[in-house]
Amino acid sequence: MDERLSAILSSYEGRKDELIPILQQVQGAYGYLPNQEMRDISQFTRVPESRLYGVATFYAQFRFTPIGRNHVMVCRGTACHVRGAQRILEEIEKHLGIKEGETTPDGEYSLETVACIGACSLSPCVMINRDVQARMTPKKVAQFYGKGARI
Amino acid sequence: MIEKLEEKRQQAKAAWEALHSGRQPLVLVGTATCGRAAGSLEVLETLRKGSQSRKLDCNIIEVGCIGLCYTEPIVSILKPPNPTIYYGDVTPKKATNLIEAYLLNDDPLPDDALGTVGDRRIDGIPQLYHTPVLKPQVRRVLRNCGIVDPTSIDHYLAVSGYSGLTKALEMSPERIVEEVKRSGLRGRGGAGFPTWQKWTFCRNAEGDRKYLICNADEGDPGAFMNRSVIEGDPHSLLEGMVIAGYALGANDAYIYCRAEYPLALERLRLALEQAEAYGLLGDDILGCGFDFHIKIKEGAGAFVCGEETALIASIEGDRGMPRPRPPFPAVAGLWGKPTIINNVETLASVALILQNDADWFAQYGTENSKGTKTFALVGKVKRSGLVEVPLGITLREIIYDIGGGIPENKAFKAVQTGGPSGGCIPADLLDTPVDYDSLRAAGSIMGSGGMVVMDEDTCMVDVARYFLDFTQKESCGKCTPCRLGTKQMLTILKDITEKRGKPEDIDLLVNLGEGVKAGSLCGLGQTAPNPVLTTIRYFRDEYEAHIVEERCPSMVCRAFVYYRVIPELCVGCRLCAKACPQEAIQGELKKVHVIDQSRCIHCGMCFEACPPKVHAVARVSGKEMFATV
Repeated sequence: MDERLSAILSSYEGRKDELIPILQQVQGAYGYLPNQEMRDISQFTRVPESRLYGVATFYAQFRFTPIGRNHVMVCRGTACHVRGAQRILEEIEKHLGIKEGETTPDGEYSLETVACIGACSLSPCVMINRDVQARMTPKKVAQFYGKGARI
Repeated sequence: MIEKLEEKRQQAKAAWEALHSGRQPLVLVGTATCGRAAGSLEVLETLRKGSQSRKLDCNIIEVGCIGLCYTEPIVSILKPPNPTIYYGDVTPKKATNLIEAYLLNDDPLPDDALGTVGDRRIDGIPQLYHTPVLKPQVRRVLRNCGIVDPTSIDHYLAVSGYSGLTKALEMSPERIVEEVKRSGLRGRGGAGFPTWQKWTFCRNAEGDRKYLICNADEGDPGAFMNRSVIEGDPHSLLEGMVIAGYALGANDAYIYCRAEYPLALERLRLALEQAEAYGLLGDDILGCGFDFHIKIKEGAGAFVCGEETALIASIEGDRGMPRPRPPFPAVAGLWGKPTIINNVETLASVALILQNDADWFAQYGTENSKGTKTFALVGKVKRSGLVEVPLGITLREIIYDIGGGIPENKAFKAVQTGGPSGGCIPADLLDTPVDYDSLRAAGSIMGSGGMVVMDEDTCMVDVARYFLDFTQKESCGKCTPCRLGTKQMLTILKDITEKRGKPEDIDLLVNLGEGVKAGSLCGLGQTAPNPVLTTIRYFRDEYEAHIVEERCPSMVCRAFVYYRVIPELCVGCRLCAKACPQEAIQGELKKVHVIDQSRCIHCGMCFEACPPKVHAVARVSGKEMFATV
């Protein structure tokens, strides 16, 4: 077992209700849920792999492929939607050259949409890693994500 | 032990008074998520560095959100004998100005000020609570947000925090339930079930252990009330939880909070530690023999987990799928034990009721909806933000008086309440009072407090499609009518918005919607058709325009929107041609351009690229297009 994983699991007893917190912590450490680690978690918790994947795939938070260094989440909440979130998403897709759900080949950016990040009064907004970019416009998208503007 | 807490409270009060006495100016910076998004951390940094470099002796404190999100970042300064002055839209440059002009000298910069709070007045600055945005509001749940430091339990103690708990611990649990009953408090999560009644079911249920769960999985898109309360005043939630636990006879509790709220989670964790250190949580609380433990569970991103039984399944480590009720969680919930699930605002209100009393709480409200309610007022409204109003206020007062109406003089079209479970209320119902029963009669629900304003540029068919797209993705898949019905409804709505609609589609949507409502186990499926049904009820003409007339009245649905260059206005600058992703625009420099309609994908880039002064690209509906060509 990978050292990072055993370090994480050492603080758990392997009870069923610890399953989601374990998955969250493992994804926090690895950036995603690798196959081998899923197998090890299954053994540790004695939850069959099929059920473990059943739980993990149910929740939007969990990923099974690595994520880019910068995690871009375009908010598609209602307030953002009526204020043009769709256009913002399209602009970011254009600048990064990837579609929603994809990662740039250089591993720099992953692009996802999120139901709502709760900054509705500053809509439309985009969350990059832990920062919120508020009151987005196509122009601002070019500033943040256009050529030469990459973080 | 209670004496010890009172000792701490006296110390906290003395420190609070010293902080506000004016020996040093007190500067508060709103750094909740919305403030941060608007750039308040840069403002904070500027204020800190600027005052240090000028050897200015002042206290700078981070606070939560006072709800005036439209004018974030917000800074307030108390420099006695002047009252506290609030400043909006503060930039690092304005912050430096404030230091130079007001903190170092005595010019309060009235032009930049929003208002004052305090007895004294300043010429040229209105009193903040008399301004239109705050005058109709009654801030109770939000009373501390933006006032106290959310990372300090002492601040909460200084403003009578945890006095509701000490009072409750001297009462019998029955008396507490009675007090909550007398207050008329109904669940603030959406459905509006009387809180005391739910609690009584749980108290009467047999079980060696009982659980309390706080639902902070605020999943409705367009809502952030709970986030603001947790980020701005986390202890008020904890106090409410301990009181509820004591009343219910529960010793263990969970807070189920969305992972999308990192700052709220951080503040909660800190608040839990502090409350434990002060003996307000843990074993033998305040020496009264009552044990109460709170654990935080991070939600993993599933809207359906806002439903009680799904939330319980998620805490137990399963897929978050609902199960049939009865038995209700109050009888058999987490691990099969009696469990109460209350919303953040409900529990924060419990603390308020105990700190004051039931009569005080019921001062505001209507016959059947007592107290105040927080709303996230967002969308096409001038002053968006977090508001708290007495129940019974009209939608018009909230949108026009508090919100200031619609930007750019556009016409109001609808207001959406209750998120994906709610409905769209049209202009002729703007005088509907905001209470549980009136909103239900209008086809919507109170919900947790999302209130999204829509104007003439919002297409109601597109809004219905948007919500169905959301609920269809979030349906857990257990009940066939919900899993397949929402999918089918979405397909029909997509057809309508993409010019494939058929006249019989409208009735089919109503039919399907009724079926999904009747055939689903949980709140998600039972309410998912509401946005569609209410938009058909109030905006049937828009559906018909799409289907019969082949046009989108709001010019939102791309299939119906065409672009053409008006030859008389075009200056031949090539900007639109450069912007076009399809290279569909032909024309040489300084000559009139033409859009090749066969290659046009209706993206609207040319419309945006054309300089506003020129305004040569026209957006027209299909009919107009082909009538003129």
